[in-house]
Amino acid sequence: MSNKELGQQEYNITVYTENQIGLLNRIAIIFTRRKINIDSLNTSPSEIDSIHRFNIVITESEDVVRKVCRQIEKQVEVLKVYYHTNEDVIWQEMALYKVSTDVIAEQVSVERLLRENGARVVVLRKDYTVFETTGHREETDALINILQPYGLIEFVRSARVAIIKDSDGFNSKLREFERLEPGEDVIENEYLNQGQKVFTM
Amino acid sequence: METQTIGEITEQSAKSQEQESKSIELTGSAALLEALIIEGVDTIFGYPGGAIMPIYDALFDYGDKLNHILVRHEQGGIHAGQGYARTSGKVGVVFATSGPGATNLVTGLADAQIDSTPLVCITGQVFAHLLGTDAFQETDVINITTPVTKWNYQVTDATEIPEVIAKAFYIAKSGRPGPVLIDITKNAQIQKFDYKGYTPCNHIRSYRPKPIVRQQYIQQAAELINRAEKPFILFGQGVILGEAEKEFKAFVEKSGIPAAWTVLGAGAIPTDHPLNVGMLGMHGNYGPNVLTNSCDVLIAIGMRFDDRVTGRLDKYAKQAQIIHLDIDPAEIDKNVKSTVPVWGDCKETLPLLTELVEHKERTEWLEQFHEHTRQEVEQVIHEELNPTSDEMTMGEVIKQLNELTKGDAVIVTDVGQHQMVACRYAKLNKTRSNVTSGGLGTMGFALPAAIGAKFGAKERDVIAIIGDGGFQMTLQELGTIMQTGIEVKIIILNNRFLGMVRQWQELFNDRRYSFVDIQSPDFVKLASAYGIAGKCISDRKDLPSTLKEMMEHKGSYLLEVMVTKENNVFPMVPQGCSVSEIRLK
Repeated sequence: MSNKELGQQEYNITVYTENQIGLLNRIAIIFTRRKINIDSLNTSPSEIDSIHRFNIVITESEDVVRKVCRQIEKQVEVLKVYYHTNEDVIWQEMALYKVSTDVIAEQVSVERLLRENGARVVVLRKDYTVFETTGHREETDALINILQPYGLIEFVRSARVAIIKDSDGFNSKLREFERLEPGEDVIENEYLNQGQKVFTM
Repeated sequence: METQTIGEITEQSAKSQEQESKSIELTGSAALLEALIIEGVDTIFGYPGGAIMPIYDALFDYGDKLNHILVRHEQGGIHAGQGYARTSGKVGVVFATSGPGATNLVTGLADAQIDSTPLVCITGQVFAHLLGTDAFQETDVINITTPVTKWNYQVTDATEIPEVIAKAFYIAKSGRPGPVLIDITKNAQIQKFDYKGYTPCNHIRSYRPKPIVRQQYIQQAAELINRAEKPFILFGQGVILGEAEKEFKAFVEKSGIPAAWTVLGAGAIPTDHPLNVGMLGMHGNYGPNVLTNSCDVLIAIGMRFDDRVTGRLDKYAKQAQIIHLDIDPAEIDKNVKSTVPVWGDCKETLPLLTELVEHKERTEWLEQFHEHTRQEVEQVIHEELNPTSDEMTMGEVIKQLNELTKGDAVIVTDVGQHQMVACRYAKLNKTRSNVTSGGLGTMGFALPAAIGAKFGAKERDVIAIIGDGGFQMTLQELGTIMQTGIEVKIIILNNRFLGMVRQWQELFNDRRYSFVDIQSPDFVKLASAYGIAGKCISDRKDLPSTLKEMMEHKGSYLLEVMVTKENNVFPMVPQGCSVSEIRLK
């Protein structure tokens, strides 16, 4: 059965969490437990250092997405979870393309290519050039197709980041939350390089 | 002698907040034990090993305050911790070493997670600098246990210990309880640090143990209930975990609504209560199952609509409006869509609801339950409890046992036919009387859980009812009984089969009995080897006197009862069928 028949579509899940070692795994296994593929996952600090924001994209029915989100939200170190359809968010993925400068300079009208694809040059060297473009999947894909005949050397695409259209006051709420109770520092293992110095049994 | 000074500091720090000025140099291990004492821990179930040796070394000096029970296997340790938590209402504490010690906890963690049992498990871990090097007895216990714990954390520095243990206890027991595992590297156990006392935790900024009660839902729920002609209550362990037995009884009695229980909810109100109409689920009572599909309002309290309770979901209570009271928002609408979700702790929500509901006599509606009970008695229960065959049935053993316990004992069961029979027929007067592995269905649970249950409720009789299969999964814990001298009564209901699987093979696989024919050792001799008294009976006339002998015996006792080989547990909702398609034979 196709995704549509099952009522499935892409959902953008936004998760605000503490910065904690192991939390990525704790969240990821909530999907894998139900054998759901994660199409895209981005995690990085939010505008508040101690609070991280995940953007996760999965293709599922709303019923399943809602249940999964509640199971994520009940994790001790998760602050809040939202889910939205593509219509409810503004989203972007960034892509980098490395091509041979010689080929590009000789065979392609670089200026037209950049303009038509909303791309820009990040690095320009004698041996290679790196372009960057940002957009929806189709847009970043389009530039791959264009550059493929000209000896695309390497390509990478980021996970999706999404802004929620209806996100009134998120920033001020987060700042207020952090002001009332500042986050704790992450304690990492400081001993990993001290093997030679320690006598153990 | 050192412990005295620590004890003083501990007392002071517990009493006053002026602990900043006082500090003492302590090892991570000692700080851990201090934390346990302040959390009110009196019993620890554990097994030592290389990576947890510093904690055991510190424990050597704490014998007067912390009673450590040496189990025979870590799985036994954690099931004992669960039994202890279930009867005492406190957090069960378990120690295990790294590697195999830690992995042996996994079944118990999964069991505690699905049955919402509060546990704090401490595992030793290799030195922090060895993490990730495949060191001796190293396993990645944090990642192995993530799916089966409410929270887990690895400590690599002793200074983290007081705060982490405080969080561990708070998380384990608050909200919907669950197991927490703290993995402590050996260097952190040895490391000395400036100990400034211990402050219990009562708040974590990202953690909401209880959703806020919304008055509008209470209102809507009360209106639905007051309009209902045929309302029906389903209650689960949430009532017991929320210590809301009184509030629940008041609600049931004021509303006059018949109430049925899930296996883990058993005992939240007494078996004999006139509005207690019996057990739900695959082997539950006839009336509660059939009438689920005739009621007009279904009120689910602290239960999670497990598939063993609901049967086929698309034919489950479709005619009814559903009110779901639960502390865990993830449970609302997970399996059964609710009309009114009453989020919150039922200790808070039930009194609010009770205030708004009107009292009604529901004689006709109750009579429907009684009519179904009469049919069930006639076709199933009478023969099970008063068999005409020569061989004994499991049900008649439970019936005889009820005469002796009068319903006051703690009944611990394993998993399988005997479990369903014991849950169906055991009389329970008090809450926290039924200890069993409900969600995970862990064979081997009962013997160690019974040991823990007795430590958690020393004043009560604890009776473990176990099948011949399950008993052989954890029988090594007879050694724990021997060494501690704890008094546990063990009844093995021996049908010389893995009975529940055999029943399914008989009913659904054309009697192709595939690997269910299990042989057993001489259980009485085995008990005797551990210095435990015992008897095996196969004649009905010996049953009352031997049960009496068992109950009156000072110390543990193992009674093996030979029962009918091929008896089936009925009623039964076959898998894939609706609850109202429950079969009486």
